[in-house]
Amino acid sequence: MSTSVLYDAPGPRARRRSRIGTAIALLVLGTLVMLAVLRLVDRGQFDYELWAPWIDPSTDEFPLVWGLVGDGLRATLVAAALAIAFSLVVGVALGTARMMLGRAGRVPVIAFIELFRGLPVVITLVIVWRFFEELDLDISALPGEDGLWYVVIGLTLYNSVIIAEILRAGVASLPRGQGEAAMAVGMTRWQVMRTVLLPQAFRVMLPALVSQLVVILKDTSLAALLAFYTELLRRGNLIAQNLDNPIQSLFVVGSIFILINYALSRVAVWLERRLSRSRGSDAAVKAAEQAVPAT
Amino acid sequence: MEAVTDNLDLYWSGFLRSLGICLWAMVGSLALGTVIAACRVSPVPALQGFGAAWVTLLRNCPLTVVLFFVAFGLPELGINASYYVFGVGALILYTSAFVCEALRAGINSVSAGQAEAARAIGLTFTQSLSTVVLPQAFRSSVPPVGSVIIAMFKNSAVVGAFGVGRDLYSLSERLTSSQGLSFIPVLTGVAIGYLVITLSAGAILALVERKVAIAR
Amino acid sequence: MRTRHTSRTRAAVVGAALALTLAACGGGSDDTPDVEVAESPEFEAGTTMAEIAERGTMTIGTKFDQPGFGLLNLEDVPEGFDVEVAKIIAGAMGVAEDDITWEETPSDIREQVIEDGAVDMVVATYTINEERAERITFAGPYYVAGQMLMVNADNEDITSPEDLASNPDAKVCSVTGSTPAENIQQYLANPDQLVLFDVYDKCADALSNGQVDVVTTDNVILAGFVSESDGEFKLVGEQFTEEPYGIGIEKGDVAFCEFINETLQENEDAYLEAWEATAGQVEGAETPELPEPAPCA
Repeated sequence: MSTSVLYDAPGPRARRRSRIGTAIALLVLGTLVMLAVLRLVDRGQFDYELWAPWIDPSTDEFPLVWGLVGDGLRATLVAAALAIAFSLVVGVALGTARMMLGRAGRVPVIAFIELFRGLPVVITLVIVWRFFEELDLDISALPGEDGLWYVVIGLTLYNSVIIAEILRAGVASLPRGQGEAAMAVGMTRWQVMRTVLLPQAFRVMLPALVSQLVVILKDTSLAALLAFYTELLRRGNLIAQNLDNPIQSLFVVGSIFILINYALSRVAVWLERRLSRSRGSDAAVKAAEQAVPAT
Repeated sequence: MEAVTDNLDLYWSGFLRSLGICLWAMVGSLALGTVIAACRVSPVPALQGFGAAWVTLLRNCPLTVVLFFVAFGLPELGINASYYVFGVGALILYTSAFVCEALRAGINSVSAGQAEAARAIGLTFTQSLSTVVLPQAFRSSVPPVGSVIIAMFKNSAVVGAFGVGRDLYSLSERLTSSQGLSFIPVLTGVAIGYLVITLSAGAILALVERKVAIAR
Repeated sequence: MRTRHTSRTRAAVVGAALALTLAACGGGSDDTPDVEVAESPEFEAGTTMAEIAERGTMTIGTKFDQPGFGLLNLEDVPEGFDVEVAKIIAGAMGVAEDDITWEETPSDIREQVIEDGAVDMVVATYTINEERAERITFAGPYYVAGQMLMVNADNEDITSPEDLASNPDAKVCSVTGSTPAENIQQYLANPDQLVLFDVYDKCADALSNGQVDVVTTDNVILAGFVSESDGEFKLVGEQFTEEPYGIGIEKGDVAFCEFINETLQENEDAYLEAWEATAGQVEGAETPELPEPAPCA
């Protein structure tokens, strides 16, 4: 924090004050945590029977529940991986179309982008799910269960639009001279886009893409609310119904989500640092990052 | 479209309910996010650690899981409230982490030279913060914070899907599954409701952004 | 409580060598009664039964999150009364347990999957009513549930659904899109009294931690919670609805419907055994009599 814009490097008095502040903060936080834990003990939430299936390998349930969680995690990861792959393809197509097409051609693209950017993801998922069910569209030829594809298609609709916007921000943040120089040597607009602008924009997009993967991973859990795909969270819910320990089971599931997403966001930060160090493209990376917040 | 026109009053109350969730959660998450951001940039290591932990946990946890822990964890701690309050509360907790990061990005975007120059011309700590650093930080925070709030408006549908909202989302579930209405018109109505909220919020944000924009 | 799965799990882990032996034993689990599987049954050509018997496999829709009736267990197989009833019917067509594919059918897609032919039948706490009967045909009923109220043991204010209107602060919990949730609304003073979750377990938790005052659904589901609660919950009042559970099949398949009804009548013992092994394990659950089937249409 020595480089903080808000204050100077602290002197002896400031350091003393900071130590006192730390002591008070720790005391307050510690007391709150203590009270919470005592209360939970009182309510029996730390009872051994509730936790045993998750932590005691000698119980019969232990291998079963972790096996099921493994299945759920695999289902979540598969859905997320497919969704990011499709989003990337569709998103790049949408983003490029938005930048390259003429005024009239752009209108439907923009309408599509604004529509799916404005809809809550959970609504998009319901629409996809009910639409396929109601119109009896046959997707059984696709590998995996139907539910997987509702998740993948729903998340792709939303995230491809986001990626299109990230791409556009990435291209817009490149120095104008890049495009102009390419034009000057006689390239067509399409050539400029394909050989000069997009490759640079991709580099810039990389951290934003990894952050978007965190968003997708979290959003797969919306399928648990609609109960059409048994991913990690729904696995947790079903296990909790068998074991009658919802708080404990959801604690395990939540921790898994947090660990994976934390690791991914560290990767995003690392990529960002590397990219902005190797090139002077810090501003471009920032622009791509900020095109859409990773909520 | 009869499903929508016949139930217009239901749609209206669902819309208002959703709007209410959005507005309360906006006020709450801006306030809480600012507090957490203040912790993260404070010179007290314990507060920094607390802020960092808060952001890490909530940013990486699905909103559905946060909702569950608020609705079923807090009562275990002896904190009881209506599920509406819990739903809004969970949305506030979750969004506060993103608001905090957006604000921090704004503060970090102010170059250190600004503060150094302020001190060099003899401004006190308070003066330099209030007249040089924070105004710039605030202005450059507007676009990211605005995007976070719009994303939160969309996330408010999850509160309904979790079963505690009685908002636009819950309405669609009620009309299609209990009353057996065809889903296309029902969901179209719900989708329009959300689009009205998010698109107009986007337009307002664009206006504000233009007002506070600074060239760097 | 769930340890009764143990031996089956261990057996599964032993390895492929034993798999053959197990298959020879019928592969039946030890916690549910073995269902009689007819050997090469004869059916009139062209009927659904003939087609299924020929195929030797079935796809059956049930719930995966309804304790006592259809709940996905830790071995990733649904278990419950609905599942056992379905096995009896499948067995009569020569389809063994291992040849059944279980399809999860939550309440709002049941008619859909039947119409699409995605499943051969749906056994999923499926209340027979006129609206649904317009889209599909119901065999059965095989069980008649009734809606009741469950409250905390120390609650003296609520003794019948009528008391809900006079206690407007009381919150009632049920499941989204369910029949009980619709039924209870007429008793409420205001819509804010109703809290809806995706599964009844959440309602029971909400009752336990004081977030709601009443949970309402079919009596046998509530009885399950009461017996698990060690005296924390109690049932109050009388059943105030009648919910006959039917088996959903394709609209107009009268022959199949009649076959299902006959099969159930002929296998009353297996039916009662199925009840005892699943929903009937709940303390205080009354063993049902097999209801008289309704005419097939």
